[in-house]
Amino acid sequence: MARTSSQSEVVSTASDAAIEVRSLHKSFGALEVLKGIDFHVDRGEVVCVIGPSGSGKSTLLRCINLLETPTSGKIWVSGLDLTDPDVDIDAVRRRIGMVFQQFNLFPHLSVLENLTIAQRRVLHRDKAEADRVARANLERVGLADKVTAYPAQLSGGQQQRAAIARSLSMGPELMMFDEPTSALDPELVGDVLEVMRNVVAEGMTMMVVTHEMAFAREVADRVVFMDGGVVVEEGPPEAVLGAPQHPRTRDFLARVLNPGHRTSVPGADPIPQAAQRPRHVGGPVEPDAAGLS
Amino acid sequence: MFATTTAGRPSGMTRRQRTRLIRGVQYAAFVAVGLLIVLKADWGRLSHDYFNATIAKALFPDILSTALKNTAIYTAMGFAFGLGLGLLLALMRLSEVAPYRWVANIYIEFFRGIPLLLWLFFLGYGVPTATGAQLPGQPYSPIVLGLGMPAAAYMAETIRAGIQAVPKGQAEAARSLGMSHGRAMISIVIPQAFRIIVPPLTNEVILLTKDSSLVAILGVTVGTKELTKFGRDSLNQLVNPTPLVVAGLCYLIITVPLSLLVRRLEAHNNRAR
Repeated sequence: MARTSSQSEVVSTASDAAIEVRSLHKSFGALEVLKGIDFHVDRGEVVCVIGPSGSGKSTLLRCINLLETPTSGKIWVSGLDLTDPDVDIDAVRRRIGMVFQQFNLFPHLSVLENLTIAQRRVLHRDKAEADRVARANLERVGLADKVTAYPAQLSGGQQQRAAIARSLSMGPELMMFDEPTSALDPELVGDVLEVMRNVVAEGMTMMVVTHEMAFAREVADRVVFMDGGVVVEEGPPEAVLGAPQHPRTRDFLARVLNPGHRTSVPGADPIPQAAQRPRHVGGPVEPDAAGLS
Repeated sequence: MFATTTAGRPSGMTRRQRTRLIRGVQYAAFVAVGLLIVLKADWGRLSHDYFNATIAKALFPDILSTALKNTAIYTAMGFAFGLGLGLLLALMRLSEVAPYRWVANIYIEFFRGIPLLLWLFFLGYGVPTATGAQLPGQPYSPIVLGLGMPAAAYMAETIRAGIQAVPKGQAEAARSLGMSHGRAMISIVIPQAFRIIVPPLTNEVILLTKDSSLVAILGVTVGTKELTKFGRDSLNQLVNPTPLVVAGLCYLIITVPLSLLVRRLEAHNNRAR
């Protein structure tokens, strides 16, 4: 788990790393959104990324399946170098399940067709096999009765569960969630989180960008706090969420957990202090000159 | 303050009363003009010239079995050709390859800018004069190219707008499932784009139906006459304008249902959003 940024010339990565990101920079025009990110997700690990809006957490996630092209830096997924110009990105994306904030179900296709189209067109499964896999996954997310429905006929929560089932149907090695509950009505969030919990329980490797602190605390093996395009703090959830070391983390958690109260009062943290201390990684605390490879 | 709304006016009327009065005057003028037309018109003459039953009967069944059928065939062929080429041009305009975009832009600007009649003259007379040969595939090829190539320019812009109206997340979701760019376009983006552009494309069919009247200048035989040419020739033959009226009504048989369809589709789309 321990790594130093000076190793960035090493090309091969630890065999248990599902995602490995080194010195990742991403700019949109003059705006630098990611300012040298070192990040990794080990196989079987659940990592939740938290942080204020505009902190770059969604951009980081989108860079990992090249929905955004990195400006500089290196990304490996299951040992494959995504920044290699020869990489078959479609093949890499097949291994990554992606769940979006806005669900992005295909509105012109029924729920079943949403789950089968990529199985058939990309994995070349026959119809019977694709249907079987799709139905099993709809069962898994509690939508077995919505096979013939169209996305517009589903609630937001049902749409997101169908989107999760769609990703699972491709048999991914890794699932990435980009604020999966942020577009949902509050009463629908629980069902989606329940489905995600089940996926965690099955041992899936997961990277989750989320604002659901209680969920992160419950399922994450590691929590990463980002702000201003850098990783400010990371560690076990009870440490990062329970006893944050960096003032920006504390400030953010205070605002998220006590909406309406701007300032964080030491000791007033609603999450009980945990014994474990988080590690400091990157960020302004630790100038990272080796990042410019 | 309240008093100014009524007492301040010389007429002494409220706003609502004034609105009612103005509307009443408009209705009265409308009725007066209508009455004037009905009373002053020479109905016997009008019906003899424009709605002459004997003349109209002489037009059937050819006006339907030949002329209307040909109008429909020319429109359908022009539309099919224009749609295929329009889709190709739309994809070229959205391409990352700059020369594709240039070619598509030049094509679209050219055919949107020149009159259809000029283009038809070019195909019908310009090509044979220059090359000494007719286009192969007579008589349909100049009609298909004549109607279809300009239509492709208009449809390309419509299709491009439709593709761009599909939310970006749709392509992202498709790509995230491992689909190639082309597969994502074919399976996910283009089907949704076409749903969005069915109303404007139906309008294009209506325009093409009317434009098909111009292909008569390409020179036609008895069997290839469409509605306008048929009406005009019948006018000469029968020395009565009734055929033009009947031909006009025949166009409406095609265009009115289509335009009702467009309205329904637009209302449906508005509800769905």
